[in-house]
Amino acid sequence: MRYSALRILKEGLTGNKGWKPVWREPEPKPEYDVIIIGGGGHGLATAYYLAKEHGITNVAVLEKGWIGGGNVGRNTTIIRSNYLLPGNEPFYELSLKLWEGLEQDFNYNAMISQRSILNLVHTDAQRDAFVRRGNAMFLAGADAEYADAKQLREELPFLDFDNARFPIKGGLFQRRGGTVRHDAVAWGFARGADSRGVDIIQNCEVTGFDIKDGVCRGVETTRGAIRARKVAMCVSGSSGRVAAQAGMRLPIESHVLQAFVTEGLKPVIPGVITFGAGHFYVSQSDKGGLVFGGDIDGYNSYAQRGNLPVVEDVAEGGMAIMPMIGRARLLRSWGGIMDMSMDGSPFIDRTHIGGLYFNGGWCYGGFKATPGSGWCYAHLLAKDAPHPAASEMRLDRFRRGHMIDEKGQGNQPNLH
Amino acid sequence: MIINHPLLGPRDAAEFIYLGDATLIDRPDPTAADAAEAFHEYGYIRDNIAGKMQELWYHEQGDRSWLVVTRDTLTHEITDVEMARDVARSRGRST
Repeated sequence: MRYSALRILKEGLTGNKGWKPVWREPEPKPEYDVIIIGGGGHGLATAYYLAKEHGITNVAVLEKGWIGGGNVGRNTTIIRSNYLLPGNEPFYELSLKLWEGLEQDFNYNAMISQRSILNLVHTDAQRDAFVRRGNAMFLAGADAEYADAKQLREELPFLDFDNARFPIKGGLFQRRGGTVRHDAVAWGFARGADSRGVDIIQNCEVTGFDIKDGVCRGVETTRGAIRARKVAMCVSGSSGRVAAQAGMRLPIESHVLQAFVTEGLKPVIPGVITFGAGHFYVSQSDKGGLVFGGDIDGYNSYAQRGNLPVVEDVAEGGMAIMPMIGRARLLRSWGGIMDMSMDGSPFIDRTHIGGLYFNGGWCYGGFKATPGSGWCYAHLLAKDAPHPAASEMRLDRFRRGHMIDEKGQGNQPNLH
Repeated sequence: MIINHPLLGPRDAAEFIYLGDATLIDRPDPTAADAAEAFHEYGYIRDNIAGKMQELWYHEQGDRSWLVVTRDTLTHEITDVEMARDVARSRGRST
């Protein structure tokens, strides 16, 4: 069924009896061409682009719980492509371009809102670094705009420009950045993949891999063994646990990241704003809640809940740039598990096991990458060669010394 | 989280800096023939345990001692805290 305004009108006049479930609930078949482990945003996007762009439809997406129940439903919904390094920026710009056409492409309202993202600048050195980043963005075909404090005072008068410790001296805009309704991304990709023949199998946990003579021929699951020519891991956050079943150790630690939302307020924050002297990012949802987050807690965790010191740290970051939010009451906070990689950048690659592929290590930046990740992973699975935009996102890059370390922090995952 | 420091008693985890898996105590031999490969593993590859894990925590805002904390990464429950130097010596390290 194609969604349109006319369809809504017609259904509204006929008692809304024509709406159908948007994906099937099939039983797993004994064999597929491709099995994707993980029914999150990236896994569903991969299945969608495999079917749509490469014509590979004999595909199963295996999800331990329900689709979209992991990080695609736990993030702060920000999309952007304001990276610096050549191993990253072309990929994220590809992803942002896919976001821009996504709703028309999969005929689903994901409420993509290009309301801009602003990275605030508090020192002269930081201004130089951000202008350089803006130039790197231009080189990859992205947009960037440096705004000085005078311009920002006119545009965002509520910021604490004269903060004694972190005065706001300007900021780097990416006007094409913004926010998305994250659940709808999972649902839209699922619907698009399902309608092209992909089996989305929920409540199906992978419990082992069928690996013989260095080749993966399928997986063991809680719903029986399933054979496949290609098996694609796509479980960022839990990559360590799933890869361990294949005997793999990864350049990844799992960490918990918390996010927060306040009670609904009248519109006060027009775009996404990030603090430059600490870690705090905020936007306002269409329902009015301020959606914000900050640093990861900093210790290995699979617990999907964090601790209070980080809550305090995030709140302090918010108060340092916009004291007006101090009266807003927190409605909810939650945690998600991040694959924190050794250089802060992800992996889309083959593994050393034949027929087994890996997508993970997204740190806390995976949501914006969803369509790009699916696009590049589908390309890798279909053609057995990395997509040019993801050609540096390899598992062996540490061995070769080709890290993609945006922050220059080295091999300490909790600092990325 | 509260870390029960062997010398100082219960301390807030926020006073500590987290380094990672306590296997980092076992630094490879830089003169070994396979040192490059061993240091790649040591520097970049992790077990990323779901469950009880031994980890290195540094009491930066306290007595600046290194601790080996046994903590469950699924629940955050801490079951054992030792001085890292004692653990290192028990593994045969002299310093």
